[in-house]
Amino acid sequence: MITHSSSRGLARLFVVAALLLPLGCSRASKTAITLAGSTSVEPFAERLAELYTRAHPDAEISVQGGGSSAGIRACQSRICAIGMSSRELTPEEKGLVEIPIAHDAIALIVNARNPVRVMTLEQARDVFAGRIRNWKELGGPNQRITPITREEGSGTRASFEEKVMVAGMPKDKDGKANPAAFAPDALVQDSNGSVREIVASDPAAIGYISSGLIDERVAAILLGGVAPTEATIRSGRYPVVRQFLFLTNGEATGTAKAFIEYVLSDSGQRTLTEEGLTRIK
Amino acid sequence: MREKLIEKGLLLVAFSAVAMIFLIAYLIFREGVPLVAKVGVWDFIASTRWAPSKGSFGILPMIVGSLEVTLLAVIIGATLGLSCAMFLAEFAPRWSVRILKPMIELLAGIPSVVYGFIGVVVLIPFIRRTFGGPGFSVLAAAIILGIMILPTVIAISLDALNAVPPLYKEGSLALGATRWQTLHRVVLPAARSGIIAAFILGMGRAIGETMAVIMVAGNALTMPTSLLQPVRTLTSNIALEMGYASGDHQAALFATGMVLFVIIAILNTIALVIARPRT
Repeated sequence: MITHSSSRGLARLFVVAALLLPLGCSRASKTAITLAGSTSVEPFAERLAELYTRAHPDAEISVQGGGSSAGIRACQSRICAIGMSSRELTPEEKGLVEIPIAHDAIALIVNARNPVRVMTLEQARDVFAGRIRNWKELGGPNQRITPITREEGSGTRASFEEKVMVAGMPKDKDGKANPAAFAPDALVQDSNGSVREIVASDPAAIGYISSGLIDERVAAILLGGVAPTEATIRSGRYPVVRQFLFLTNGEATGTAKAFIEYVLSDSGQRTLTEEGLTRIK
Repeated sequence: MREKLIEKGLLLVAFSAVAMIFLIAYLIFREGVPLVAKVGVWDFIASTRWAPSKGSFGILPMIVGSLEVTLLAVIIGATLGLSCAMFLAEFAPRWSVRILKPMIELLAGIPSVVYGFIGVVVLIPFIRRTFGGPGFSVLAAAIILGIMILPTVIAISLDALNAVPPLYKEGSLALGATRWQTLHRVVLPAARSGIIAAFILGMGRAIGETMAVIMVAGNALTMPTSLLQPVRTLTSNIALEMGYASGDHQAALFATGMVLFVIIAILNTIALVIARPRT
């Protein structure tokens, strides 16, 4: 009896909370819009929104995370005006307007004290698949390799998998290569930052992060002899590049349209470059 | 009248805590059971491959990892904690108790992310240099957890030791036993159930701890065969992957929580049976 009444009270609380939620995020009025999606794009979108609203005080832009998949779903159901994705859309998700806003290269990083600087895509694949286990095999010191990967579901991991782990793998009848599996004993970290910290402190470690986050304690591997620089990323010569996408359901209007124009403008693109991405225009 | 009202009010509050447990259990099982039914109980808890996006849901390495880390942490925490409690209860001069006790209680107030951070900055490089391997390991997680459960173990076993009637001690001393003999032949057995309760509560904290473990355990998906290998625990698996998971992957994480729930229930039951005072 008593448990019953208290759980009814709880249920009431949940209902109230559920009613309040949509007030926070949906309802595109003339001036207020919401962006939702990829946590990789989120910090850049926040920076852009901050600069945009400073110049246009009448506009209100709120930026939420949730992951690429959640952003795509939210955009499809018009819960948010602009969805953000750090991966390509699957065939089932097509139908939204895709607006690439920047390139983001994924760099393979090693400790600055590690002498190995060049790898082929196949060697990189073998390191993360656990087939190459000693730096000696890559021309480095006689020392075991500690590969660090990201957690299952991460957009960075998905891009790395479809660009590096498929290299040289046999193709099936649809012409799609199956990615090699990550070594089970590879360390798993849940952010770009912690991957970088481990590589910075362990000379035997290798990991992959967004190239904008490289600092002087780690060095980028030249994949197939190509360094991730603005020129090689834009020309497509650097092999592990993904696009950050804005998504709209139909043509954007009002504040959403103005904001997208700002992001693609010279000053918007310059902001993204300053923040470590590579401009798309 | 007023008395009755307060009584009823308190009863309601007490039961709402129980209702919360049932609500949590219900939600976890509702999400997790369909997936386990689909995959098969045996394949879920006894296969070693975890690749949710490719349809493999085996959590055996994480079950083993959780138990291994917890057991080792309790061994470390219990040894240090009980020794400390024994010293504080029987041998420590009054002034040192006044300094030591608040310091130990302070340990409990340090957020787990700080323990994890210290593990990453100090312990991991130390293990890497001394024993080789990546440093992120079962050993690192167990040491950090062993320290984290110290305040719980010390506080509760100290209470248990202090609760032993002074008559017992005086009787033993009067018979000519030394202080050490009195402590380990008389006081410790008398405080037995309280001390075991202290270990159990410490174990509960260790198996449930997430943040610090994610930071130092390495989270690899292998079956840990050596103390220097990286390991993933059940709690870290949920916390690591919850952010992006959807569909079956998300259900599998709820199912991981389900397994954790069952393990904790079993451990607590065993503990209750052991800790029951002898009659």
